[in-house]
Amino acid sequence: MKKKWSYRLSVLAFLLPGLILFVGILIAPIIMSVYYSLNDFKAISGADMTFVGLNNYIELFSRQLTNDKGALFANVNYMGDALINALVLGALSVFIQLPLALLIALKLSKGIKGERAYLSIYFMPVLISTVIIGQLWMNIYEPDGLLNSALGALGVKEQVFSWITSHIHSTKMPFKGGWTGYKETALIAAFIPILWQYVGYHMLLMYAGIKGVPADLLEAAQLDGCTEGQVNRHIVIPYIKPILKVCVIFAVTGSLKSFDLIYTLMKDTRRAELPSTLMYKLTFLNNRYGLGSAIAVVLIILCFAFALLISLAFKDRGEKVA
Amino acid sequence: MKSAKSWKLALVHLALLVLVVINLFPLYWMMTFSLKDNDEIFGGYLKDDAGAIIYDDAGEKIPVARNMIGLPRTWRWSNYTRALRTGNMGRYFLNSLVVSASAIVITLLAAFMATYAMTRMVWKGRKMMNKFFMLGLTIPIHAALVPVFLILSRLKLLDTYTALIVPYAAFSLSMGILISAGFMGDIPYDLDEAAFLDGCTEWGIFGRVILPLMMPATATVGIYTFLQCWNELLFATIFVSKGEYVTLPVGVKQLVGQHTTDWGPVGAALAIATIPTMIVYILLSRKIQEGFIAGAVKG
Repeated sequence: MKKKWSYRLSVLAFLLPGLILFVGILIAPIIMSVYYSLNDFKAISGADMTFVGLNNYIELFSRQLTNDKGALFANVNYMGDALINALVLGALSVFIQLPLALLIALKLSKGIKGERAYLSIYFMPVLISTVIIGQLWMNIYEPDGLLNSALGALGVKEQVFSWITSHIHSTKMPFKGGWTGYKETALIAAFIPILWQYVGYHMLLMYAGIKGVPADLLEAAQLDGCTEGQVNRHIVIPYIKPILKVCVIFAVTGSLKSFDLIYTLMKDTRRAELPSTLMYKLTFLNNRYGLGSAIAVVLIILCFAFALLISLAFKDRGEKVA
Repeated sequence: MKSAKSWKLALVHLALLVLVVINLFPLYWMMTFSLKDNDEIFGGYLKDDAGAIIYDDAGEKIPVARNMIGLPRTWRWSNYTRALRTGNMGRYFLNSLVVSASAIVITLLAAFMATYAMTRMVWKGRKMMNKFFMLGLTIPIHAALVPVFLILSRLKLLDTYTALIVPYAAFSLSMGILISAGFMGDIPYDLDEAAFLDGCTEWGIFGRVILPLMMPATATVGIYTFLQCWNELLFATIFVSKGEYVTLPVGVKQLVGQHTTDWGPVGAALAIATIPTMIVYILLSRKIQEGFIAGAVKG
């Protein structure tokens, strides 16, 4: 009996460092965030904390966000816009980035000459700091930047600008070449560096999955006279479904959480506001700690909800295939 | 038939090479403008390193043609000395190194110990405990942002190494446990029993039998944690925004903000921050890729 207690104690001792970190920095803060989100306070000490129930959530989804002085928060998008932007980014990732990644992975994993070199080059942007990527693309999108110089060199700058001007409704000003300065172009402008950076990441995961497909399965299919397309469709893709699921979850939750690129790409994030950039503005530039916590709670719920939904969607289809 | 096939293969290679160019071009471009001045990039008049206009023998300004994407005509290494001198790049680099290394050590220790308790010790609820830790794979870092910020600022710990090391270790822990569990599961259980019969305690088994066999896991978890910390921006922006402990991403962002219209020194700062990562990647590309794959495939 005594030994059992000492055994339990040593189990606890082994778990303790991990538990302290995990509960202290992840679990307890979730509970605190929920609590904060039901209160309004602007002092770091929390001395002015007053319980407001769900008012923060109501304010968040209204168009009436105010700053710490109670003034209407100028030019800020409300949470609904930010969420829609994040979901648009997520959809673009799932429907453009992932198919592209799958296409490259399928081609590379067929034992093409130099596949390791291709793989390593495609993956490389993942390791570059988003701050650097954001700054590089800022130089591309600037009115005097690379993109407009290229359009000028091709002689289509005027046509492109006037075409975009005719499609801009958020402002009466004509398009003058600042690609991140207009609501209609900013989000797409932000998606392109994201695509550039992360297509290699998804490709690497899919490539690793495809390399795990048993060779005899592929040989049998080829002996049966399957074309490459048929092999891909009926054997490879069903086999790597668990990885595709992970990729979709990463793409969607990654877009919901996305902060770095928009924050570094744009001097003013309001034209492509995301939940994270809105949270940053409200919480750390305007001391609305309760309101910021409400955004955090919405994000936590959405991340878990989407992870669950995507898993369920993949489960159903997997069974149909089997 | 055969020629149709080789045509197809050539097309595939062509497409792959176009992708290579798209992947490498922004970096090539960064390197070229890091060595130019604005007059060369946008077109202007020839100037010396101090920025004074150079006149030709007839006393005329010397026009410089626009050269946005070509190789620099004069390689202005002075951009790099400016980035190093005015920006504190060396210091930021050291800070990132200290923060990442400390987070790695803490993550490894906590993850290995917890994994040991959950995979090699027998007790009720160990499966539940594992599931509990795996919640961390989905929890966004935003969950911790406001509470940890308020706690750090009340404890006067903002703008210190600790403000980043502890949160980084905590958010790397779940993946660390997931990866370690895979590696630890491959170690034969007979070893534990033999050590137990030799009179080893649980701590003895962990320290003398398991840890030495976890070296491959150390590399994978270490690389994963490193990549999580090295480029992290959100925590870094909020918890350590000023002072001497600023990490590389925040430091680069601040530096770039000061020189925003001067592309040369900005490019130099970006290059200084990028080159070490690229060298490490070239040396360890396989191991780094494995780190990412291990993180995702098991998740």
